[in-house]
Amino acid sequence: MFTPVILVPAVLNGLMTGAVYALIALGLTLIYGVLHIINFAHGALLTAAMFAAFFAHKLLGFDPYMAAIGLSPLFFLIGYGLQRYVIGPAAHGEDRNILLVTLGLAVVIENALLYAFRADTRTINLPYAFDVVEIGTAFIAVSRVIAFATVIAVALLLWILMRFTRTGKAIRAVAKEKLGAELSGIDVAHIYAVTFGIGTACLAIAACLLLPTYYVNPHAGNAFVLVAFTIVVLGGMGSVAGALLGGLFVGVVESLSGLYLGESLGQIGIFVMFILVLLFRPSGLFGARA
Amino acid sequence: MAEPLLRVENVSKRFGGLLAVDRASFAAERGRITALIGPNGAGKTTLFAMVSGFLAPTEGRIHYDGADITGQPPHKLARRGVARTFQIVQPFAELTVRENIAVGSHLYRPARADALAAAAKVADAVDIGDLLDTAATALTVAARKRLELARALAIEPRLLLLDEVLAGLNPSEVRDMVPVIRAIANQGVTIVMIEHIMQAVMSLAERVFVLSEGRIIAEGSPQEIAADPRVVEAYLGRGAAQRMTAGAANG
Amino acid sequence: MKGTSTILVVLALLALVPVLTTSNVVLNFLVTTLLIALVGQGWNLLGGYGGQYSFGHAAFFGTGAYVTAILQMRYGVNAWLGFVLAIAAGALVGAIIGAMSFRSGLRGSYFALVTLAFAEVLRIIASVAPITGAGVGTLIKLDLRPEAFQFQSRVPFYFIALALVAASLIIVRMIEDSRFGAYLVAVRENEDAARALGVDVNAVKLAAMTVSAAITAAAGGFYAQYFLFVDSGIAYGPWISVEALLAPIIGGVGTVFGPLLGALVVKTLGELAKLVTGDAPGLDLVIYGGVLVLVVAFAPRGIAGLIADARRLVRRFHDKATMERGNG
Repeated sequence: MFTPVILVPAVLNGLMTGAVYALIALGLTLIYGVLHIINFAHGALLTAAMFAAFFAHKLLGFDPYMAAIGLSPLFFLIGYGLQRYVIGPAAHGEDRNILLVTLGLAVVIENALLYAFRADTRTINLPYAFDVVEIGTAFIAVSRVIAFATVIAVALLLWILMRFTRTGKAIRAVAKEKLGAELSGIDVAHIYAVTFGIGTACLAIAACLLLPTYYVNPHAGNAFVLVAFTIVVLGGMGSVAGALLGGLFVGVVESLSGLYLGESLGQIGIFVMFILVLLFRPSGLFGARA
Repeated sequence: MAEPLLRVENVSKRFGGLLAVDRASFAAERGRITALIGPNGAGKTTLFAMVSGFLAPTEGRIHYDGADITGQPPHKLARRGVARTFQIVQPFAELTVRENIAVGSHLYRPARADALAAAAKVADAVDIGDLLDTAATALTVAARKRLELARALAIEPRLLLLDEVLAGLNPSEVRDMVPVIRAIANQGVTIVMIEHIMQAVMSLAERVFVLSEGRIIAEGSPQEIAADPRVVEAYLGRGAAQRMTAGAANG
Repeated sequence: MKGTSTILVVLALLALVPVLTTSNVVLNFLVTTLLIALVGQGWNLLGGYGGQYSFGHAAFFGTGAYVTAILQMRYGVNAWLGFVLAIAAGALVGAIIGAMSFRSGLRGSYFALVTLAFAEVLRIIASVAPITGAGVGTLIKLDLRPEAFQFQSRVPFYFIALALVAASLIIVRMIEDSRFGAYLVAVRENEDAARALGVDVNAVKLAAMTVSAAITAAAGGFYAQYFLFVDSGIAYGPWISVEALLAPIIGGVGTVFGPLLGALVVKTLGELAKLVTGDAPGLDLVIYGGVLVLVVAFAPRGIAGLIADARRLVRRFHDKATMERGNG
């Protein structure tokens, strides 16, 4: 039952799916860490990105992995614009208003997609997506390997951005001490928008990584984002390490429990875990209290 | 002599690696004004937070009116007669002065009309009676401080903790506030005040405790404290007391 | 109790409507408006007055709807008794969710998140549990007798809805003028300051949530009797959670009439949307989401706030004119 032959592939598979969870969680925790808002629109934005990737493939023939190169800047701009021109101004800085505005956005985006594309579930057919690659003694699907490698690359890129570029330092400054950053001449509204844009760009990449093996419908984003929320709360709101490690951890747990307990636990299990985490650990394992 | 109304016994508070308060002990005699002074960051507000129930001490015990109140939540302590003001004023922003104070008055008055009437009386006592229908956000700093005080008085406390209630006031506003505080003490309320404005401490306090880096380093009458070299050093740095006496000696 | 006169006037005017028109379209529109107003009244107590924004009020609406339907259909309970029990059930669910959330100190976004999650859990359970009819839903058998809380004409439904809304208006007004109301608003404005004045913050929040849930559950129970069909999407779906908060926000959070005013706007917008595009799913919610963002951005105190601002402007203008006349 617990032989390496069974365990190792399950763990490896879990790491791969976990990587995508981590990417979604990363965007969420970044937005929280810098803007100190819980982005209720994250799920809807992921769904929008998945639709974008889907149509990039269906109408323009783009391979989703290639599409990521074009979609991430596009979604960066969308995220930037939303924060700079909608969320920021509408909320007047009040917490309660930010809640409502991101909720409003979520409702608009999700239902616009529903209205435009109906509730049908769509998938794409990518011939090589399910080819397998041999890693040690395990056979892992190519799509999974690409996903894992991409997420590592993105995480590395973001790390370099945060540590070595002016923008990255400005982001870290604003996250730590907004007033001080403002007084030092940093354009806080711009930095907020950049951070939001990065979060949305991560969603675009995640969408492209998910498309080959998952389906698209107006509610698809929510399932993933719920897991991402759980990860972020568990790993600590605002903690990048928490999001990454938490994502991988949840991916492995999901894979192993799927192996031994079957799919029956399903969505309720995720929600229940989410509620329990909120009730008992809103400060997470790494992060600070909200 | 009667037991002090408030007795803080070897209380410590640790935040992770930081020891904010280190085995501090002090007492407030019934009906008297006691001052708690010390440089910024000494732990005074942390002590107040523990006495008023907002923080639980890591060590030590707090006695109020003969009972051990350590770790009791703030609303229960308020009902037992412990009131506090906040260093950074915390008005109910969208409410008027009258409505703000009424929240306190309601503690012993379930009926709305009674609470509102009592609130008006308290406002008069603190001299903001002409601002009763002004929104809290529209008040000047001095008025907000008085509102903060009025709200605390509205719950008819026996122990009143004033956290820098004079901070941010100009000298004439301070001069106006001092008699108000004395009048409260004259009615039998025991007052403990954290204060930086020395003239107020000198004229109001009967006993002074000095807190530095979490520890009580001196206690005594205001005159004794003013002359205590340890107190001078706490504020001005090590060796300052010597330098000052040496400087005075050299003329 | 002051303010009752306004309530009575408004109610009297509304009560006249069936006298003035027999149009089913108008009556149906008003019944659904009153329904949303009732849901909004519930939300507003916890959110507008108490400052705790719930994104999952569907949990109470749906419980009210399902309990009414299930008690009648599966256990043969009298419809009116079932309605009362449904309100109690909703209040219980509110108390449970509230106790768990407030004990854990959840506020702001975290509270919104957890209420959202609870509503979703209930929705999923309802969509698979046999007792609710799972995916198919529950039908209430047609039985057009008053004893079965069903009526041939819409007019009795209208008056019942009006009575429920009237009751909620009176309850909210009474709370506004009481110690509980003062404490609730204090909690909204500043929890620590409230604690320092003797307010048991968690108890106040819990009480508000329980009453809020009861009012919203009443709306759910009424919905079941009016439409005679409930399924998991209708009962616990995001649409009702959104409308629950949209109506008070448009009308004016923390005011007695806010939810009623807002419900009128929401329903009117919904009808306009249907006129323009037919019944395509999603468009009405797109409009609601957009309106939410616009209201928060430009009129955060809602219609009631705009009226108050207008009054103040008129008064200032009037004062200025009187002064100038005096000086001239």
